[in-house]
Amino acid sequence: MAPVTGKEKSVRERAEMPFEFVGCIELRQMLGIRVETERQLANFLKLMPLDCVYYHTHGSLLRHRYRAGMYSNDFATWAAIEVRDRVLGERLAVLDPLDCETLTDLRDSIIAVIEDHLRPMTVVPRVVHGEPFSFIESHIVAVPTGVKVDSLVDFRRTLSEVEDSTVYYHALEARVRLKRKQNDFSAWLKDGLGLPGLAAKVKALDPYTGGLERVRGQILAYCDEVLAKGYDL
Amino acid sequence: MTTARLDAYRDVAPKGTIEFLRCLAARVRGRSFLHVNSARHGGGVAEILHRLVPLITELGVDARWEVIKGNPAFYTATKAFHNALQGREQTITSQMLDDYVSTNRACAERLSLEADLVLIHDPQPAPLIESRPTNGKWVWRCHIDLSSPQRRAWRLLRKYVSKYDAAIFSLPKFAQRLRIPQFLVYPSIDPLSDKNRELPKAEVDAILERLAVPRDKPTLLQVSRFDRFKDPIGVIDAYRIVKKHNDCRLVLAGGGADDDPEGAAVLTEVREAAGQDPDIHVLELPPNAHLEINALQRAATIVLQKSLREGFGLTVAEALWKGKPVVGGVAGGLAVQVIYELTGYTVNSVEGAAFRIRYLLNNPDLIAKMGNAGREYVRREFLITRHLSDYLTMLVLLTQ
Repeated sequence: MAPVTGKEKSVRERAEMPFEFVGCIELRQMLGIRVETERQLANFLKLMPLDCVYYHTHGSLLRHRYRAGMYSNDFATWAAIEVRDRVLGERLAVLDPLDCETLTDLRDSIIAVIEDHLRPMTVVPRVVHGEPFSFIESHIVAVPTGVKVDSLVDFRRTLSEVEDSTVYYHALEARVRLKRKQNDFSAWLKDGLGLPGLAAKVKALDPYTGGLERVRGQILAYCDEVLAKGYDL
Repeated sequence: MTTARLDAYRDVAPKGTIEFLRCLAARVRGRSFLHVNSARHGGGVAEILHRLVPLITELGVDARWEVIKGNPAFYTATKAFHNALQGREQTITSQMLDDYVSTNRACAERLSLEADLVLIHDPQPAPLIESRPTNGKWVWRCHIDLSSPQRRAWRLLRKYVSKYDAAIFSLPKFAQRLRIPQFLVYPSIDPLSDKNRELPKAEVDAILERLAVPRDKPTLLQVSRFDRFKDPIGVIDAYRIVKKHNDCRLVLAGGGADDDPEGAAVLTEVREAAGQDPDIHVLELPPNAHLEINALQRAATIVLQKSLREGFGLTVAEALWKGKPVVGGVAGGLAVQVIYELTGYTVNSVEGAAFRIRYLLNNPDLIAKMGNAGREYVRREFLITRHLSDYLTMLVLLTQ
């Protein structure tokens, strides 16, 4: 039998504070504003509530990837697909929402990209054959699942079974709207189970290009690695 | 009609859905939720309420479903109103308006309208808002295409809608200028209903034999009533272009046109356009031909929905659920369901439809790939379980 190390011991420990899985659901409120030009998009975005910015950026992860579109936020998808302005689509798509500390910062960044793009243009791109952009606001309702775990084995097993929105809630909602400094998974793995290496790997995951299922799959793979090795990454 | 229990959806809904619904419902257990529409049978609203209401009840919510009833004059008035709201030329007389309002007033006296949340479906019972009790939230659920209503008809309806606490539309383009909150909820299909449940191959074969549709070559299918907005003649034109290179059959299946003079005229035009081509099958099906439609969709190679104007177009979700790629027009909710190059193709012309049909027939691997993608897409976005969670969320948010 291999000698027990400090790291291995920490993996097998039970956390004092269990991790409670919480799912969520989104209700979409249409704000009654539809725009047809990129200029209107920027101008109206300035007036929209922050929950609208949230819906069209982070919130796209709650939708099936087909409906969310190929870009990482609705503004990029609309510019590229409906207006057929791929350049603006690409510029907006590369914005990383988690680089912005607040939704106000994120909104300012989006508007800055659009205005910078329009500055040298003499004709403002507009929808000709496509659909106008409809501003929508997100209302998120948290749904506690009642499932609490206090070990990595149970955490891994439960994470593999929960509904997608649970991954979303802990990975994004907690960080963006509830303003926690990191996602719930990495916080608990670090503080609850004493696994800073695993926590750092989980914190670094990018949901915007691979989607929630990829995030879940990668967390499970990291957990498997730790459980197989018997110590932190 | 038998209704399925929630656990029966465990194998068809996305992972964890049933547990999630139970947790969500725990937040509103014991609250009352009333649905009101104008028909107990027939039509998509009644079809989905037959399924939804028992499921909501099973989840511990006190759900009820009431139906308003009127005399023939009321139904004539609401039919005219319905057509005008969907943008058709239609005269609405003062007498029609009187019938509409007085019937609702009489129904309000007969019905128990007390509930924590009252969902009024479509324009027919909208004036019930004038009789709302003191307590409870009232929401108007619009299932129809309101993107370009006749202005007078909308002005009449708006007077009632603006008194609700909120409204629900199926697409952003159907929403209106209103001061009340407007929510977006897609409609849904029931994967366990006769129209969508799994069918053994032998049953599909038997039904197609009964309908006299051979299965000897690839089949193109459009299921829709015989209506110019569904462009059945355009579908035949597209088929003829395809037929020059790819041997195939075309099935146009739709409801009977007995009570719709325009439908009868369109059906005659369709039969004339089909001529003596033995590979075109024009099928008039009764309203309850759910199994027949199910079998036709399962037997199809590609499903078409080449509409020029469309509501949400749930026949597309039905086809995608059966693993079929869809070639559809750019109308109503089709573009939400037909995701270009992933679940099918949206097209803008007869030629575009023909090109995409040929492309798919010549790339059978793509048919299978899009079919699988379409089924998974519907599983997540357009099943009754998602609809149920949207309504429960509405109950959580509006009655907290």
